[in-house]
Amino acid sequence: MKGEYAKIAGFAAIALALLVLAPAVLSDFRLSLLGRFVCYAIVAVGIGLAWGRGGMLTLGQGVFFGLGAYVMAMHLKLSDAGPTGVPDFMKLYGSGVVPGWWEPFRNPVVTVLAIVLVPSLVAFGLGMAVFRRRVRGAYFAILSQALAAAFAILLIGQQATIGGTNGLNGFRSFFGFNLFDPVNKRMLFYIAAGTLLAMLLVVWQLYRSRYGELLVAVRDQEERVRFLGYDPANVKIVAYVVAAAMAGVAGALFVPIVGIISPAAVGVVPSIAFLIGVAIGGRSTLFGPALGAIAVAWAQTSLSESFPSFWIYFQGALFVLVVAFLPRGLSTVGSILTRRRESA
Amino acid sequence: MKSDYLELTDVRVTFDGFVAVDGVTMTVLQGDLRFLIGPNGAGKTTLVDAITGLVPATGSATFGRTELLNRKVHRIARLGVGRTFQTASVFEELTVLQNLDIAAGSGRGPLTMLRKRSSTPPEVEAALEVIGLTDLRDRQAGVLAHGQKQWLEIGMLLVQDSKVLLLDEPVAGMSAEERQQTGELLQRVGENCTVVVVEHDMDFMRSFATSVTVLHAGRVLSEGTVAQVQADPKVQEVYLGRAEVEA
Repeated sequence: MKGEYAKIAGFAAIALALLVLAPAVLSDFRLSLLGRFVCYAIVAVGIGLAWGRGGMLTLGQGVFFGLGAYVMAMHLKLSDAGPTGVPDFMKLYGSGVVPGWWEPFRNPVVTVLAIVLVPSLVAFGLGMAVFRRRVRGAYFAILSQALAAAFAILLIGQQATIGGTNGLNGFRSFFGFNLFDPVNKRMLFYIAAGTLLAMLLVVWQLYRSRYGELLVAVRDQEERVRFLGYDPANVKIVAYVVAAAMAGVAGALFVPIVGIISPAAVGVVPSIAFLIGVAIGGRSTLFGPALGAIAVAWAQTSLSESFPSFWIYFQGALFVLVVAFLPRGLSTVGSILTRRRESA
Repeated sequence: MKSDYLELTDVRVTFDGFVAVDGVTMTVLQGDLRFLIGPNGAGKTTLVDAITGLVPATGSATFGRTELLNRKVHRIARLGVGRTFQTASVFEELTVLQNLDIAAGSGRGPLTMLRKRSSTPPEVEAALEVIGLTDLRDRQAGVLAHGQKQWLEIGMLLVQDSKVLLLDEPVAGMSAEERQQTGELLQRVGENCTVVVVEHDMDFMRSFATSVTVLHAGRVLSEGTVAQVQADPKVQEVYLGRAEVEA
């Protein structure tokens, strides 16, 4: 019960920091940066669920992030172009005709549904294929990484239909709101922050539920769970699909906040970058992945500003320190100290 | 005659040409505490693996007239066949209560799964009592003593509502006192279940077995009460050895 109160306090503190403190003290530019980090944090919450609690080392979340992002970007391009218009880049590089598979995304409702459903369905299909065949551990990690690489290459090849290496950019409005208006930029930050808080509530409920206990059991002793009458593949698929949906939503919010989505933001490198914050923050804790993701991204930006080529070393050192001394992440410092005090 | 008994007919398991279980036929009745003994490599554990779906086998293994062989592991478990392993394999990061609750829950629907446990299910409460871990219910399973982990495993079989309990060396590494407690626990449990115990410990077998099957090189060498098996010259030859016979 004590743990429950600590979590409520932690949640309230994060909500206060994001919704009250940050908008009050940060400039519009910094707030928009924080909005981008919040998107990473939403991906991180999902990775915490799949990797921290479910033991699935998801090295390819960029795929789901990208699916959500491109769905949103397609909608924004279409709505900028008008009811029957053609997005600008298609006139430049393509035939000047909108491909049939773009058309459904003119509809905002279809877009919002697709942002959640497309990554979920892809993850479900993959999960059925992979977990039922008992692919796991390093094999699963490599497979998901390869998928991210393949996805980025696929996007790069589609210059005429989804912008190739340039990706999709130059959005002017977001569901009717002008994206150049600072007030609307702030609104986007609030939407992202609110989504992150909602995602935290989702995983919180999952962690305290019976499903959460079962997921940990599957992570630690997958075969044993089988002998208790469960199919562990189903248990893992649920966590994987939820994580994918979260990555998709994060991608969709990333697009209007940052103003561009390109293959460089969804491939292997960003997929690994998603993981670093989770590992450093504490992958199996409730708040660790989100806070770690924001902190690492923030440190990267501010350090790169002062020491342009220094960040990569700092990131490496941080990673080594955490893996060597705090394998469960920085959020576990508190509980380690308590344990030490009790045993002393 | 009840149909709730375990019947094996000509069960065979082959690994790349090596015959590990070579046509085992046996029947274990409800209320029986059957010990499965035999030298190393006799196929005891492999036989248990075959019944629980871990290795493919030919022949037939039925419980309550339902065929068990060549089904998926979790389906067999749902049919009421539970097992333990040589090394205790409880979920170490979860509490005793959580371990039992998971074992009790394979039939739960999605809505129940997505909610927090509001109260301890009665069968979990009863199992805690039977295995004597009521006071340790909120302890992490990883910090339990070796014997307590094995009891927790047996408790998990009970809440799983297993009718056939296959126990692979449940008393290995236990103290004499723990063995005694485990044996008594098995006797209590065995009244309503079909229990098969794979065991090396002869003293433990003599104290608690109601019947014994001796495996040797994948075949049934002898079967009967403890006394009958011990008196069997074939058994004495391959397994029990001269010193054991006098006991």
